[in-house]
Amino acid sequence: MKAAAERKIWRPGRSLVIAVPFIWLLLFFLAPFAIVFKISFAESQLAQPPFTNLVEWAEDMLTLSLNLFNYKDLVEYDLYLKGYLTSIKIAFFSTVFCLLLGYPIAYVISRMPPHTRNVCLMLVIMPSWTSFLVRIYAWMGILKGNGLLNNLLLWLGVIDQPLAIMHTPTAVYIGIVYAYLPFMVLPIYANLVKHDHSLLEASADLGAKPWTSFLRITLPLSIGGVIAGSMLVFIPAVGEFVIPELLGGPNSIMIGKLLWAEFFNARNWPGAAAVAVVMLLLLVLPLTLFHRYQARDLEGREDA
Amino acid sequence: MHSSWQKALSWGILALGFAFLYVPIIVLIVYSFNESRLVTVWSGFSLKWYGELFSDRQMMKAVGVSLRIAFMSATSAVVLGTMAALVMVRFGGFKGKTLFTSMITAPLVMPEVITGLSLLLLFVSLDQFIGWPGGRGMTTIWIAHTTFCMAYVTVVVNSRLREMDQSLEEAALDLGANRLKVFFLITLPIVSPALVAGWLLAFTLSLDDLVIASFVSGPGSTTLPMEVFSSVRMGVSPKVNALSALLVTGIASLTFVGWWLMRRQEHKRLADLQAAKRQQEMV
Repeated sequence: MKAAAERKIWRPGRSLVIAVPFIWLLLFFLAPFAIVFKISFAESQLAQPPFTNLVEWAEDMLTLSLNLFNYKDLVEYDLYLKGYLTSIKIAFFSTVFCLLLGYPIAYVISRMPPHTRNVCLMLVIMPSWTSFLVRIYAWMGILKGNGLLNNLLLWLGVIDQPLAIMHTPTAVYIGIVYAYLPFMVLPIYANLVKHDHSLLEASADLGAKPWTSFLRITLPLSIGGVIAGSMLVFIPAVGEFVIPELLGGPNSIMIGKLLWAEFFNARNWPGAAAVAVVMLLLLVLPLTLFHRYQARDLEGREDA
Repeated sequence: MHSSWQKALSWGILALGFAFLYVPIIVLIVYSFNESRLVTVWSGFSLKWYGELFSDRQMMKAVGVSLRIAFMSATSAVVLGTMAALVMVRFGGFKGKTLFTSMITAPLVMPEVITGLSLLLLFVSLDQFIGWPGGRGMTTIWIAHTTFCMAYVTVVVNSRLREMDQSLEEAALDLGANRLKVFFLITLPIVSPALVAGWLLAFTLSLDDLVIASFVSGPGSTTLPMEVFSSVRMGVSPKVNALSALLVTGIASLTFVGWWLMRRQEHKRLADLQAAKRQQEMV
């Protein structure tokens, strides 16, 4: 009630504290998307900047030219369609693998005594704080033809021909799961650690097997963490560039790589913008899903 | 409730997980001391790649650029992120709060190629219409990094603000302190561990970013990840191993110090709390 009464009074300090981050985000996060959308309808040209203006004012005539070629290209060239499909497929299965690996880790850590729990959590987070590029680079040395993994397997006698893992989709999967695993573990852990164990005790008292209790109590309660973690892996993985570029090959051409090539190699800025717009449209649903859970968390609402 | 096989299974899962996370990094560090140019064949201990790394002027220049950008970005991200966290936790509702919240959460997951491209197009358009920021370089990278790092800082500070006991702030307000004073003298010191953690996180994120920086950088502002990436594209090189080893150990020790500071503060806080309780009981 006190808060409600206070809210009525206009305080300049309060408005300023809201305005500064708000305006920063509007200008440097939201406005750029509008510009991407606009430029996706422009035409590429050899000039500075390398795209045409949509609105032209000449000889008392205002012309608005919307160029749909960039989108037509996306539909007509197989490469892009394949790129989008490959990206979604790779991101989806990577998310599933992260979940299968990350959930047990989060579960085990959440059941530990507080002291060990903190140390283990720290150990999970630490790799994600060290250079992403370096960690992907490390896998190049391990996976390549005469790399460590092949040398080890040959020496053990498991295989007699080096496995071709590098430059295949398998290498991309390994890279994505490796790089994004901590982002799956953290939200699931944060959810599991809040659970009330009396529910499990009650269900055990009533004769439920631990496995049944897990499936019917723990798993449904942790669904918020699972969704948050899955979106933290899936969304950035769809647009991933570094991993398919360094570990992937011709069979793992993802859309992030195509956008990069369109921009840096073909110098077709409007084309790259169109690729980005379609990627964003594909990600609207996952982004909304992520936002719903994250916003609940940030605003401290417990109605999970 | 825990039978011994359950315990064994738990430790097995953890051991597997940690092996997966750490073996590649350890291998990388070990091979940075390898004599041979072939990264995968061990031929004796040597520091020569470290020597070559430090005499690589271009690489060292990129280190300087990256450290400066990371320092500036982390600092501005902490200021903006703390404000944003305060707005979300303490300010109740206001017009546009949903939009505000989504602009905080979306950068956490937004694919980097989209963020990079969109910021570049913004800078180019701004240049076209108002003549600012006048080409690409350190300033544009700083703005880009501040924007995405700020979201992470907000998340870190947000959770600390929510956990904190508000009765101290209320007491100070009741005693007549104004809000600004309460914020700087009471709130800020209490959430300071989160500010340190947020700063460190922002610093490492900025230091590590390749994709966004590639889009918004200009001539003369090549960052370290950009330099590393162009040499890694040519294949595995022991010099990059040496650099990676230094980066990993540097960042890991920085993280560890931050974590340790936070823990110490937390212990102290709990001890103080218990002392206060004991005193109350005695009275």
